[in-house]
Amino acid sequence: MNTGELLIFLALVVPLFAAAAIYAVGRMPDVRETLTIVACIVLSVITISIFMRVGAGDPPEWTVAQPLAGLEIAFRLEPLGALFALMASLLWGVNSLFSIGYMRGKREANQTRFYMCFALAMFAVMGIAMAANLFTLFIFYEVLTFSTYPLVTHAGDARARKAGRMYLTILVGASLVLFLPGIIGVQIVAGSTVFTPEGLLPGRVDDVTGSVLLLLLVFGAAKAALMPLHGWLPGAMVAPAPVSAMLHAVAVVKAGVFVVLKVSAYIFGADLISTLPAATWLLWVAAGTIIIASVIAMTKDDLKARLAWSTVGQLAYIVSAALLPLGAGLVAGGLHMLVHAFAKITLFMCAGAIYVATGASKVSEMRGLGRSMPIVFSCFLVGALCVVGLPPFAGMWSKFLLITAAFGTKEWITAAAMIVSSLLGLLYLAPVALRALLQPVGDGSPRAFIRPGGAPGPVVAAVMMTAAACVALFLLADAVVAYLEPMTGSVR
Amino acid sequence: MISFEALHAAPLALTAHAPVLMVVGPLIAACAAALAPTARTSWMISVTGSIFAAWMALALLGEVARRGAVDYYIGGFAPPLGIAFHIDGLSVFMALLISSAGVMASLYSGHSLSAEVRAEKHTLVQAGFLLCQSGLLGLVSTGDAFNAFVFLEVSSIGTYALIAIGEKRDRRALPAAFNYLIMGTIGATFYVVGVGFLLAATGTLNMADMGARLATLGDSSVVQAGFAFVVVGLGIKAAMFPLHGWLPGAYSYAPSLISIFLAATATKAAIYLMARFVFDVFPDGAAFGQGFIAWVLAPLAATAAIVCSLQAVFEKEIRRMLAFSSVAQVGFILMGLSLATVAGASAGLFYLGAHALLKMTLFMALGGLAISMGARRLDELAGVARDAPWSATAFAIGAASLAGVPLTLGFLAKWRLIEAALQAGQIWIVAVLATASLLTLLYVGRMLEAIFFRAAPAGAPRAREAPVGVLAPLWILAGLNLWFGIDASLPEKLANAGALALLGGTP
Amino acid sequence: MSFILSHFNYIAVAVLMMAGLFIVFSSGNLIKRMIGLAIFQTATGLFYISLGKVSGGTAPIVVEPNSPEARELASRLDPAYLAQHGVDGVVYSNPLPNVLILTAIVVGVATLAVGLAIAVRVREAFGSVEADEIEVLSRVESTQPGPRA
Repeated sequence: MNTGELLIFLALVVPLFAAAAIYAVGRMPDVRETLTIVACIVLSVITISIFMRVGAGDPPEWTVAQPLAGLEIAFRLEPLGALFALMASLLWGVNSLFSIGYMRGKREANQTRFYMCFALAMFAVMGIAMAANLFTLFIFYEVLTFSTYPLVTHAGDARARKAGRMYLTILVGASLVLFLPGIIGVQIVAGSTVFTPEGLLPGRVDDVTGSVLLLLLVFGAAKAALMPLHGWLPGAMVAPAPVSAMLHAVAVVKAGVFVVLKVSAYIFGADLISTLPAATWLLWVAAGTIIIASVIAMTKDDLKARLAWSTVGQLAYIVSAALLPLGAGLVAGGLHMLVHAFAKITLFMCAGAIYVATGASKVSEMRGLGRSMPIVFSCFLVGALCVVGLPPFAGMWSKFLLITAAFGTKEWITAAAMIVSSLLGLLYLAPVALRALLQPVGDGSPRAFIRPGGAPGPVVAAVMMTAAACVALFLLADAVVAYLEPMTGSVR
Repeated sequence: MISFEALHAAPLALTAHAPVLMVVGPLIAACAAALAPTARTSWMISVTGSIFAAWMALALLGEVARRGAVDYYIGGFAPPLGIAFHIDGLSVFMALLISSAGVMASLYSGHSLSAEVRAEKHTLVQAGFLLCQSGLLGLVSTGDAFNAFVFLEVSSIGTYALIAIGEKRDRRALPAAFNYLIMGTIGATFYVVGVGFLLAATGTLNMADMGARLATLGDSSVVQAGFAFVVVGLGIKAAMFPLHGWLPGAYSYAPSLISIFLAATATKAAIYLMARFVFDVFPDGAAFGQGFIAWVLAPLAATAAIVCSLQAVFEKEIRRMLAFSSVAQVGFILMGLSLATVAGASAGLFYLGAHALLKMTLFMALGGLAISMGARRLDELAGVARDAPWSATAFAIGAASLAGVPLTLGFLAKWRLIEAALQAGQIWIVAVLATASLLTLLYVGRMLEAIFFRAAPAGAPRAREAPVGVLAPLWILAGLNLWFGIDASLPEKLANAGALALLGGTP
Repeated sequence: MSFILSHFNYIAVAVLMMAGLFIVFSSGNLIKRMIGLAIFQTATGLFYISLGKVSGGTAPIVVEPNSPEARELASRLDPAYLAQHGVDGVVYSNPLPNVLILTAIVVGVATLAVGLAIAVRVREAFGSVEADEIEVLSRVESTQPGPRA
């Protein structure tokens, strides 16, 4: 086993081992949580070295097994996957810190299962990020669904179970009915499902077959929450805040758009995408999703619901980016995936911090709360402005690149949808923080803390870390863009 | 890469007579088990007999790989006068499946029987079980259409008695066995009538001869009538929708040893024989054969997959859920075969093997749980995972495989089926497969939710973990589900060889 | 009409089979259903035996050529047939279906025995051999928890 194979092996085994160890020491919360943090750090070190190797042009690869003739369980890194793995493992660390504060602060039940499923979900994310072909990717994609199901239904009440059922039905249903036939279709047309630079399918499909496959694969990746397969995401908000933060801003939804980006770049290739009529239809669907989700987000009083709808819209940005002609949006899409992850996790963690400190979950209950929780609401403002795309936050670069790409390829509808939705975003996200921070307390004092001392220390620390990252990425965006450049193929 | 050609499992003297030894071995063991002085002795005889049959099947595997097919003339009389055993890739596939299912079930029976059957009956149960095994092995080995009927009935009569003996735990076993007897006998008799027509048309009973003569004779109403009778008769035995009414009861109320063995083998052997007739005996180009596949077999299989999955979703008793699921899965297998391509047949056979393995796992895990608690309804199993984690986990693995979760054999089986359907351009079959898989997921989810996520009702007696004698074969099966989910080259190769034997052509 | 006459054996078989099947499916009494099944199986036996019968053929026991028996048998045959095959062209019926059906009868008897034995046990367990009464009694079972060992 060479170093590259070893790195891949470790990236998979560390979260898996962490899950087993967490189960074993479940009765000792301190040991359990220390273990989680240690696993996050080890995994981050591994993904950083993988990231470095990919950057240096020496991507690790490893073929594990061949279940059937022509089908391989194999891993191979490329820039987008390395970035995704790195992002997920870093945010897992931050989120674990947050989880410790939140779960203890809320005295939640079944915490061992919670941490275990989280580790399993990370195992799945690593597999998705490193997969060398659609077959391997599909395996881990399903593992991700099943390992996050217990997290969604964590509360165990009727509402959570209902949301869990919808979660499973939509995600598994789409992957069985659409994604799997799509993958098998690719296998039949191309003889393999390997992610190939410049695309696997060019020259092997006509317009009709290509369009059908594209529709199957993009809608099949229902984790990308493209309408009309978005219903599971707002529903999944019944989960505890760390789950919403990590999974429904980072791991699960980003796995969905990651698949769309990968499929676009490495299965179809930029040139083929430009010629397929289905790509244009999907762009319209995505534009519709962007607008509709933003409008719905405006009407939501529940903060987490508002954030979830905002996520639906932002995911559609990345789907649009993936499908723009000539691969113009691929890099911007990758950047937006990264930036939005940091910004949205900040927002969700802030929502969690507010909830654990004051019990407030509705925007209307948060008037003047900024007076008592200035750090958390400042960080919320940072996250909000980053999502909207204002300087000096990283969101500005990704939005700028996205809209430029849309204009550059003359996709006016997409460009218009993006601009309009950014303005709407400013209307429904920023005021949450601004009202809490600026508006004088109307009648009486803000809501009292239900927990003495407000939000727990680890929670606030975690929020500050990701908010800082939103600013840091503003400066690093150029480097990320350069790193992702190989994805678009050698044409440019 | 596995090479069957290099496999010399048994000494030459045995290999030369392996086809008949494979059938006679369990038959002699059945007599010995019936006469055995104690239950324990009969169990040991049963295990020995099953292992011997599996050994002979392995010996044949190598032999068939080397020679293409093994013809064995009983008593040295060559056909058309004598009865010939004709063993090709498909027969070996089925023989391996049946005999290894027999080994697993007999290993398991050491502990399960004492909980489910009166002690003085144990020797007879083992005898019946071996008889059934012998009959099924004979059925897949013989090249003679009438001989196949005899073997079919040898196994069936054993099965009727074995199902009825489940009455100690659930008296509904008796009417279920009676019902099965009626339906099974009608099916077998239909088959005999069909063979009679074919005999009248061709003057031979040897299936290869029959095929050759039918190819030159061409179409006639006698041949068509024979075809119809054979297919309907075997359809009953194979629980082909809508002729499946007997199956849920028979599977649900039998002792778990029998459920396990039947679920893996009984309907599968009938499917085997039907495939032999539809693809081998009847001329390839015959319009009625093609029409039957396209307009009867495939639609019925699709209906079964959907309707019976739905029935499983709404069923309350867990073993009946699994039984309905079996009918639905027979639909999956038949859909694969109905594609009438090598890839389709191979996928169908692969699915057949996968389903046998995973259904055995499920029934065995349930049996393990039932040893300490005779649970019938799903809600009685609530929270069982806490008390019997090993059995419950093995059940979960089997269930995951049934639902087609990645990294299990069931997933690869579904993959191959969808791939074959897409290759054949049968998009509607893909849609049916996907829908039925979704429904499968629903009832599997219901089972797992009850076993793992629901709390046991207060005051309910605690379950006990199954004894090691049950857990060992159970976990071998569960482990195979996972192992083949990662490396399925062995079943794939076997299924490909079987499909080639059935349809001819090159891989 | 000539079709009916020349195929009367097959028609009889078909009628018997249908009668047997009808009894099996229409009767609720387990014993009657077994009787129906037996009729059905016997009809199959008839079908096979009439398949094997060659008109004018004798029992398939080898007769010495040119013996008085052979001449006696030949005298019963159609003259046209004799002209073709000679005086010693003894015609035998096909023995194979008879042998086959002997096996089938054995199988049928075994089935009948097992079926009746089960019917006896059904009566012991449910106190009835009527399918509808058993059905009602079974329904109770599905609502009760299983017995514990």
